[in-house]
Amino acid sequence: MKINSRKIALISCSGEDLPEGTVSRVATRRILEQRDDTVTICLPLFLAGGQGERDFAKENPCITVDGCQKMCAAVGVKKYGGVTPRSTIVISEVAETLKCPKPTSKSKITSDDEKLVQNVMKIIDEKIRTVKEGKD
Amino acid sequence: MSEKRSRHIIIPCSGIGKAVGTVARRATYIVTGEKLPRQTETTCLPLLTIEDKEAAEKVRENPCITIDGCIAQCAKKNVEHHKGNLRVAINVLDVLRENPGLKPGTVLDIGPDGEKLASRIAEKIVKIISEKE
Repeated sequence: MKINSRKIALISCSGEDLPEGTVSRVATRRILEQRDDTVTICLPLFLAGGQGERDFAKENPCITVDGCQKMCAAVGVKKYGGVTPRSTIVISEVAETLKCPKPTSKSKITSDDEKLVQNVMKIIDEKIRTVKEGKD
Repeated sequence: MSEKRSRHIIIPCSGIGKAVGTVARRATYIVTGEKLPRQTETTCLPLLTIEDKEAAEKVRENPCITIDGCIAQCAKKNVEHHKGNLRVAINVLDVLRENPGLKPGTVLDIGPDGEKLASRIAEKIVKIISEKE
């Protein structure tokens, strides 16, 4: 089934205690600013908000962008939305697969991290295309 | 007798939708990385959202300072949900009201005023922690 009307929800972990969380947040935000077929929600709102926030994951096909293997965004979508994300991305895995240097700064995107951010953005774009074409 | 010293846990909302979320995150890094690296640390807020046991234990066992960007108060509510040791809850909007000239830029670039606002919040936190010690 092709998805045309609903927007794709990009949910980033934005993990504060890991440089990968910063990469996740920046890459996700840049895509949100580039594409008008995407929406987001602050992940902690799943717990802090009401049913409306919890239904967000049900109402939009989700792609989660997580910094580490704990996969808080993917787990949060399942736990509060009761649905499985259409697609998941884990920054630490992307860095390893693409042999990008592990990010080292939590507070900023360094020039080394920028390559990883660019690669994650390409992957998010590809995942959006796949989800919209119903190939997920 | 040895005394176990606890570290303050600084927890920002990091809201991805608003520049004030970035200000909260930046203030956290100023405190934990520059001003008081030995007395403070942060934890990933999403770990509390998914009810990670280790993260929940950390916020119960250490004094917490939350920094929220908006009225949803995600950081504060997530800590409260776990019955965490919430010492102070700061809202960026309150600090913005005290400093109306410091309007942050965008989510990805809070700009010089956003940086100043983050520094003001960091100063408040340093004062709070110093008063205790």
